[in-house]
Order: sequence, then structure tokens, then C-alpha cells
Amino acid sequence: MQVRYFDHVATTPLDEEVLKAIMPYLKEDFGNPLSIYESGMRARKAIEEARAEVSSLINVKPSEIIFTSSGAEANNLALRGIALAKQSKGSHIIVSKVEHHSVLNSARFLEKSGFAVTFLHPDKYGTISPESLRKAITNETILISIILASPEVGTVQPIKELAHIAKEKGITFHTDAVSGVGSIPIDVSDLGVDLLSMAGHQFYGPKGAGALYLREGMRIVPLIYGGIQEGGRRAGTENVPAIVGMGRAAGIAKEKLPERVHYIKGLRDKLIEGILKTEKVYLTGHPSERLPGHASFVVEFIEGESMLLLLAVLGIYAASGSACSSKALKASPVLLSMGISPNLAQGSIVFSLGYENTEDDINYLLTEFPVIVKRLREISPYQKGWGGMEETGQCIPQK
Amino acid sequence: MYSAKVMEHFMNPRNVGEIENPDGVGEEGNPTCGDVMKITIRVSEGRIVDAKFQTFGCGAAIAVSSMITEMAKGKTIEEALLISKESVANELEGLPAQKMHCSNLGADALRKAIADYKDKQKK
Repeated sequence: MQVRYFDHVATTPLDEEVLKAIMPYLKEDFGNPLSIYESGMRARKAIEEARAEVSSLINVKPSEIIFTSSGAEANNLALRGIALAKQSKGSHIIVSKVEHHSVLNSARFLEKSGFAVTFLHPDKYGTISPESLRKAITNETILISIILASPEVGTVQPIKELAHIAKEKGITFHTDAVSGVGSIPIDVSDLGVDLLSMAGHQFYGPKGAGALYLREGMRIVPLIYGGIQEGGRRAGTENVPAIVGMGRAAGIAKEKLPERVHYIKGLRDKLIEGILKTEKVYLTGHPSERLPGHASFVVEFIEGESMLLLLAVLGIYAASGSACSSKALKASPVLLSMGISPNLAQGSIVFSLGYENTEDDINYLLTEFPVIVKRLREISPYQKGWGGMEETGQCIPQK
Repeated sequence: MYSAKVMEHFMNPRNVGEIENPDGVGEEGNPTCGDVMKITIRVSEGRIVDAKFQTFGCGAAIAVSSMITEMAKGKTIEEALLISKESVANELEGLPAQKMHCSNLGADALRKAIADYKDKQKK
């Protein structure tokens, strides 16, 4: 069975060229990068080359990149590391309700540790407004963290404006750019953020390598103490193959980004147009300010996981924010925070495209999707409507 | 994640639909927090001769609904009341642990349908 993979915000396949770049560091050059003999020195050199490639992708200095094990670790380091480093200056942190769990749960941890946290609500498109950020800032605010692009609804935030507000007030600004780096052009000098998280496996690199950009001169308290790796800001023997892979993936992404963005956007627009032809299916997230390969919807009267299963049987792999598709058995907090009713949020379906997707993949999906929706609606007790929920206002589709 | 039996019932659900003028109707669940199952039954001489379901829910919920209607058909009311969440899960050769409490509303929906039938009998 041919697999049509539409879950690139979960992870991307490994680029062949990246795999080739990694191989020597799994075999011949296995030395510890701190060792002074040849194989160690080659590993050290490879890490620094990777650092240069990653820094170049977002237009910062190599010395401003800290390699971590994942995007989640980068987010933890950013929030907890800055909060601890700046706690003498204040005890208030601002994050949004549309953050990844690694940001939300770091913020909740800090809340339990004595910091006050404001969770900003998005609008119906999942966007955090600069006005709401301005209102949330207090004299105690030391850190603001707003995600660059939502993996669930694809909305790209007005980070430049948000970061500018923080800068005016002298507050540190972090963005979780895990879903954005490698998918859209990012220039940190233009964005104006102080910290930015990324993960190599989101742009055709291997799992096990992430990075945090930390503006030069900023102090951060490490999460992991030990040796002198990463300038003493993240101890532990480096995952050399994964870091090398992330570096090579960053190099390829930089080179090919414009053509990939153009190509993927074309496929995505076709996908959105085609999916919305099915009745009572609504786009979630921002109609234009969204990741180039991102198409997310809610489908009335049926549930997301059952859609995923039927699609998977056909070799179509996608994602859902329905309660039944998450191990936590809770509908997506992101969708709920956007004002989408809980019953509609159960019908969430997310397609995220990659450059290896083809027009044929989209055509296949668009042929099969209405069949699956019809099939599940025939089983659903709500095939004739929500049974009065519309009148009670519990089911308001997003216009 | 799911057993082959669960997938088989999910892909080819038995007894989908609604019995016209049923002898009993049972609905369990709430779409705002999860799955909803509606079961209608036809009863003749104290025996469930037909059962149909409609379900809003995940793969496990649909498989459970399909299986429970299969199990209920042919049983007397008393026998059908003995069908439990565990026995449905066993017939399906297991359900993931986290799905047990949310997907397995079928036994409750069936009980409600039987209670509805008994209520109607009293009138």
C-alpha cells in the first residue's frame, strides 16, 4: 500500500543527504567531541559546522545557538532558565493558551514554584493580539513566550509586533518556533526575539537534536549541570550524529526554502479548497496567516480518531485534536481556547504537508475524504444535526 | 493500537441504524466530552430480536457498539442485562486501557434501552 504522509508537524522523514552526513559520526568518527585526538576533534569540528548551518538558517551568530535534545528541551530551558536567571527582577510570566505542552507545562511548573503566570487567549483564528499582550504586562513581567506557529491550527503569530512590545518594556521574549523553522523563512534580526526554539526532526533532520537561540550576552540558568558542553549552558556529551544531521538539514532547508514554500502552498490551497467542498466542514486557524503546508479542519457530526483510522487504512496518515486521539482523552485545548465548541473540536482533522507530497497525494485524499465523512455520518446519531445544540449555542461553527 | 477484532468491527460495523418505532431506546454519553451511543431494540416475547446502533465516537466506540448489538440479539432481557463493559471488551479481544471507560458506553446504552422497554411495558 502506498503511504501518503500528511503529518509533517508531528515529524518529517529523514532527508537522504542528511542520512549520508550522519553516518560517519555513528561509525568512524565516534569520538567524544571533548577528546583531543583525531576522531574527537573531527566530531567537535562537525558540531561547530552544524552550529554554523543552524545559525545561518535563522540569521544569528553560531555562538548564539545552544544544542539540546529536542524542541521540548529548548522550550524548557528557555522558560525555566530565563525565569530563574531573572527572578530578582520580577516574578510574572506571560504565555499563550495556544502553546505546545512543553511551554504550557513549564509555565505551570513555574507557577507552582511561585511565579505568577498569565495565559493569553487567542482570537477565533488562534492569533494572539498585540493589544492583549500589552494589557497583560505588569511591572513584574520578566518573560513572554508566544509560539511562532501552531502545529494544530497552523496560525502564524505576529511575532515581530509582539516582540517589539516586549522590547519597549525591556522584557525578555521567547518564541517556540519548532513548527516554523525550516518551513517558513525566519530572520531573527527582523523578528526581534531574544530566544527561539527549534527541532531538527521538523525539517527533515533526525530526532534527538533541538536547539535554542539565545541572544548574545543574555544569562540563562542551565537545566542540566555537568561539564562544559554548550558553553556550560547544557551539559552532557553531545548527540553528535543528530546534531550533524540537524545542521545538514538546516543547510538544505535554507537553500531550498523559497521553492519548497511555493510548491507546498500550491498543494495546500488545493487541499483546503477541495476539503471545504464537503458540507459542514470548517477551516480552523487563520485563513491566510498560516504555515504554508498546513490545512486543519473541524468536521461536524463525526469524531476525529475514527476519521484518522479510516484514512490510515487507505494509507493516508494525518492527525486530530479530538479527545479520543489523544492519550490525555481531552479535546485540543488550542481549539477550545479559540472558542470552537467541544463537540466540534471532537471532529478535528489536521493535514500537514511536506515537499515530498505530490499532487497525486492530494487528489487521492480529496477523492477518499468525502467518502469517509459520509460513511461515518451514516453511523452518527447526529446525521440530521446536533439535536437542538445549535439553538442552545453549544455548537457554533467558526465563520 | 486496536486488536484485529476491534478493527474488523470498526471497518464493517454490524447493525448500524435505527429501528423504526422501537420497543426501547437508550442513549449514553455527551458529544461535548466524548462519545455518544444510541441503541434501539425490538423485543418479542421477552427476547431482544433486533438491536441497532448509532454512534458518534472513535474507532473503539464504533466497534463496541457493533459488538454489543451483536451480543444482545437473541438474548432474553435478563440475559442481555448481564452484558458488561468487560464482556464486550473481552469479545473484542481487548481494548486499550485508556479507551475502556470512555468508549465502552455501549453496555450502559443497552441497559437504558432495556429500562426504556420495561417502562413502556408498565404503561
